[in-house]
Amino acid sequence: MKVDTQQGFADGTATAVAGSNEFPVKMDGKNVNVFYGDKQAIFDVNLEIRERQVTALIGPSGCGKSTYLRCLNRMNDTIESCRVTGLITMDGEDIYDPSIDVVELRARVGMVFQKPNPFPKSIFENVSYGPRIHGLARSKADLEALVEQSLRGAGLWDEVKDRLQEPGTGLSGGQQQRLCIARAIAVSPEVILMDEPCSALDPIATAIVEELIDELRQNYTIAIVTHSMQQAARVSQRTAMFHLGELVEVDDTETMFTNPSEKRTQDYITGRFG
Amino acid sequence: MSATTIIAIVLVIGAVGYLAGAARARMVVGGETAKLHSRPGYYGSFILIWATLPALLLLVAWSSFAPVLIDNQVRDTIPESVRAEQSATQQDLSINIVEAIAEGLRLLDERELQQATAGFVLLRPLLADKGVALAGNGEDWMIASAQQLNALRDTNIIWKSIAVIGLSIVGFTAGLLQIRAQLRARNRVEGVIHAGLVLASTVAILTTVGIVLSMISETGRFFSSVPPQEFFFGTVWDPRFANAEDPDAAGQFGLIPLLAGTLYIAFVAMLVAVPIGLFAAIYMAEYASSRFRSIAKPLLEVLAGIPTIVYGFFALVTVGPFLRDLSGQIAGIATGEVSSFISATSVLTAGLVMGIMLVPFVSSLSDDIISAVPRSMRDGSLGLGATRSETVKRVILPAALPGVVGALLMTASRAIGETMIVVMAAGVAARLSINPFEPMTTVTVKIVSQLTGDLEFTSPQTLVAFALGLTLFFITLALNVYALYIVRKYREQYE
Amino acid sequence: MTDASLTPATTATGTRSHTRDIGLKARYAAERRFRAYGLAAVALGLFFLFLLLGSVIAQGYTAFWQTSIQLDIEFDEEVIDPDGNRDSDRMVLLTANYPLLAQRALHEKLGVDPDDRAARRDANSLLSQGVRTQLRDIVVSDPSIIGTTRTVWVLAHGDIDSAAKGQFDLTVEESRRRVNDRQLGYMQTLEEAGVMEGRFNTGLFTFGASSRPETAGMGVAIIGSFYMMAIVLVLALPIGVAASIYLEEFAPKNRLTDIIEVNINNLAAVPSIVYGLLGLAVFINFAGLPRSAAVVGGLVLTLMTLPTIIIATRAALKAVPPSIRAAALGVGASKMQMVFHHVLPLAAPGILTGTIIGLATALGETAPLLLIGMVAFVADYPATPFDPSTALPVQIYMWSGQAERAFVERTSGAIIILLLFLAVMNITAIILRRRFERRW
Repeated sequence: MKVDTQQGFADGTATAVAGSNEFPVKMDGKNVNVFYGDKQAIFDVNLEIRERQVTALIGPSGCGKSTYLRCLNRMNDTIESCRVTGLITMDGEDIYDPSIDVVELRARVGMVFQKPNPFPKSIFENVSYGPRIHGLARSKADLEALVEQSLRGAGLWDEVKDRLQEPGTGLSGGQQQRLCIARAIAVSPEVILMDEPCSALDPIATAIVEELIDELRQNYTIAIVTHSMQQAARVSQRTAMFHLGELVEVDDTETMFTNPSEKRTQDYITGRFG
Repeated sequence: MSATTIIAIVLVIGAVGYLAGAARARMVVGGETAKLHSRPGYYGSFILIWATLPALLLLVAWSSFAPVLIDNQVRDTIPESVRAEQSATQQDLSINIVEAIAEGLRLLDERELQQATAGFVLLRPLLADKGVALAGNGEDWMIASAQQLNALRDTNIIWKSIAVIGLSIVGFTAGLLQIRAQLRARNRVEGVIHAGLVLASTVAILTTVGIVLSMISETGRFFSSVPPQEFFFGTVWDPRFANAEDPDAAGQFGLIPLLAGTLYIAFVAMLVAVPIGLFAAIYMAEYASSRFRSIAKPLLEVLAGIPTIVYGFFALVTVGPFLRDLSGQIAGIATGEVSSFISATSVLTAGLVMGIMLVPFVSSLSDDIISAVPRSMRDGSLGLGATRSETVKRVILPAALPGVVGALLMTASRAIGETMIVVMAAGVAARLSINPFEPMTTVTVKIVSQLTGDLEFTSPQTLVAFALGLTLFFITLALNVYALYIVRKYREQYE
Repeated sequence: MTDASLTPATTATGTRSHTRDIGLKARYAAERRFRAYGLAAVALGLFFLFLLLGSVIAQGYTAFWQTSIQLDIEFDEEVIDPDGNRDSDRMVLLTANYPLLAQRALHEKLGVDPDDRAARRDANSLLSQGVRTQLRDIVVSDPSIIGTTRTVWVLAHGDIDSAAKGQFDLTVEESRRRVNDRQLGYMQTLEEAGVMEGRFNTGLFTFGASSRPETAGMGVAIIGSFYMMAIVLVLALPIGVAASIYLEEFAPKNRLTDIIEVNINNLAAVPSIVYGLLGLAVFINFAGLPRSAAVVGGLVLTLMTLPTIIIATRAALKAVPPSIRAAALGVGASKMQMVFHHVLPLAAPGILTGTIIGLATALGETAPLLLIGMVAFVADYPATPFDPSTALPVQIYMWSGQAERAFVERTSGAIIILLLFLAVMNITAIILRRRFERRW
């Protein structure tokens, strides 16, 4: 189904958050379809991600929200049977264009995964991995500064500064996830994709990570997939609702949670399914 | 009655017992089988076990002990005079002749038998006529012994048959008498099956015990004639054949040159197999499309299914001569004089071919281990914009390293224990050398060459094979235990 | 990527990223190199496979044809039984001068001058020594043939066979060749007359050991290997399955079962030659079983195959989901009934596959058999597993030590047959797995 709400809500709703149009479009998907072999997972989705905002993708499990997210930095390329059609642009450029380099794209669009997945290396090496492969640091001091800056950015510096050489796998779940975020921002991406980053964490760790996401909004464009509506409400400025591979509705988060225009969104928000 | 017939009879009794047991169980409850503790079939099996198991055990025990007893009795018939002059080995030979005569006597008819018992001179042509050839010259006393042997054997068979079949019938009856509705026939039968299962699982232990004990005892005998330090630290391998007159010619049994050859060839083989196998595994796990993988992987694994004798032949007929001729050509170009510097059998030939054999081991073991690295590791690295090769080199391989090392140790243990390729392609000269173009020999080659041909199990020349085997066993065992330990640790990390 | 495509909306962050250099060119070159190494490794592995199979097939396919000569042989009573007492003495027919019959027929066909001894000798050596037994068997099986003339295909000598297959370099000086010019002339005559040709080599499958290539075959080895495989199947399958059932379903988790488990894994990695030493020490020296007999080989291979079968069976049993076990126990089945009625049938395809693969390994195993004396020259078929015999791979080993070109060909032919056996077994295993594999 086609969703043409973008024009609709821009003038219709006056919300506490700044109007969506104040933020330029960073990434834009048009008529995106995704197939796994013969099975279609995403149907004709049009969704834009705006700069320096947190866009939340919500919906019941298996609705295709993660799949859409993985299209944005072409992680789906790693799945052999996966096929993507439609147009996805970043700053107006087609990211599936043959001239686009997937490595460079991923350096610009970083990703944080559902389960914390630190490499079985030291904390320092985890964070410095990206800068090293991309050659971003000119000297060792540079690299150390970059690691510190990234860990600070992820709010982890104070906790790990004395044990940078210890394995990253030895940290607690929430620290591991923040380590993965530090690893992602060390590459200085423009967009950070987060695929249910708190689903494996306890409530306290979740709260810390959510706070972090809110801070990261100052410098990065963020798209986050989440299972929890409360989380979407807490961290995001815009929310897109997916169901069965279709985009049901997209709107400013507050509008979405107070005054959804679609019945399925209402049902989901009020806990009728999910 | 032969053992086969006895077994057949016992089995028939057992089969009858099965039917009788089931029928009796039904009868006890007047056809209402629901009142029985177990299904009637279990009562049948219960009788079957009672009727066959004790009887067959008795048969086995009887058949293993009776020949020893008979042999002793026949030995007692050797006249004092003979016993005084003959050595133990000579007596063994005489007993063999007695046995042959005993076989022969059975072929004679009444009239011939009368004639034959008169003396060996008359017996021999009679036996020859029946196609019985005797190993040595017989003496007259042997005829009486042979006759006694036959008599003993006949009595033995009669008593054996009576005892075994009797026990079978007793078991049958005893079982039948026990049948009542409350009898927990199923539990009893399952108990026997359970015991059978336990017994089967101890075979593995017994095999190990057998390997270790048999080799240790033979090795012990070897060390009683050659001191262990000469074996383990000797640098000369020259096991001359035993020569009683010249004690200096006892031969030298130095392990070092054999071990050096073994390790050298295994090293060359790993040098070939590890890069090819590892890169193939990486390609299969990380790059190949599933179509390519589904074709190339089984094809590579065909290499692992080819018997080593085929590799040996390949080395002997194709690779060896090829390397020899090639080296001749190279020498021809370099010096103008065509002389091969690689022998047809050499460390290089054996190592190269063994390396080919090991490629699929390295690749499939490494493929498993690389694939066991969780997908999230790959995603994490790719998501940061790493290329595939960067992901492999910097994340996957370091993560998989312990597992890969374990796999390589297992492969090395295989290389060390490999026999046929080195027998056919490495050469037989035990030398200490660092030139890979020359033949060297290995532990396994020497085990084979010391134990083929005519053997005498008392000389150090043959017993040394067991000492070599024991060394080989412990080297490979140590490698494998360590490798399994590493791999297990590695798997736990991701489970 | 070009900056020209940027839209005016692009912000500072966007431009920053576009201009930064992340060394893509060098990194992609490294990527391509790495990928090429991988592909080269796979290609090299496959190249070795084809080289190995190719060289064996190229050297061996000719072994399935054997040069034979068609002769009109007169079974002359004067030669076979000059004294006429074959009815009273059966040795007469067994020891008669049969080669003479074939030689006469050959001389006639070639028109050899009976007085030219050199020519006669050259002609005679066209024939295989196997002619004696071939004709003897014909006469012994039907003595009434004596006095008649029959057309018989007899084997040519191994060297003639090699020459006919073009395996000799005929440019070599005559005196250093195994076939001289006159014999080549004879061969041409016979070929033109259509009485010498390559016929399908049934002897390769039926003959026993022989020092002459043309009469050497794998009959004894095939029977010996068959006996051994039967013994392995009969012993290793039930013992292996029983042991696995105990370890997987019944055994308590304690020290002893731990030891058994580690033990089995290690036994699977013990070099096969050690099993040969075990067989020699235990079965031959201690238990007194005969050397060179298939029964000892079978027992040794059984012990060698057991760990493979146990490991495969345990994997198959493990793959049966616990829910099946719970369901069986839930309706009141005993544990034994649960295993034999439900778990074992479900695991059967996996067990069978593992067994077939174990058997295939055992069939190709050579080293332990060398130690228990199966390297024997056995010309007669073994009637029971207790008689001396050889095995397929051992036969290959023995032939590979022979110098004649014709033996290289036969060795390769024997390898082809062995590989065919193995291929059939492995393909059966694959089909079984494909057909019955169940994913839970």
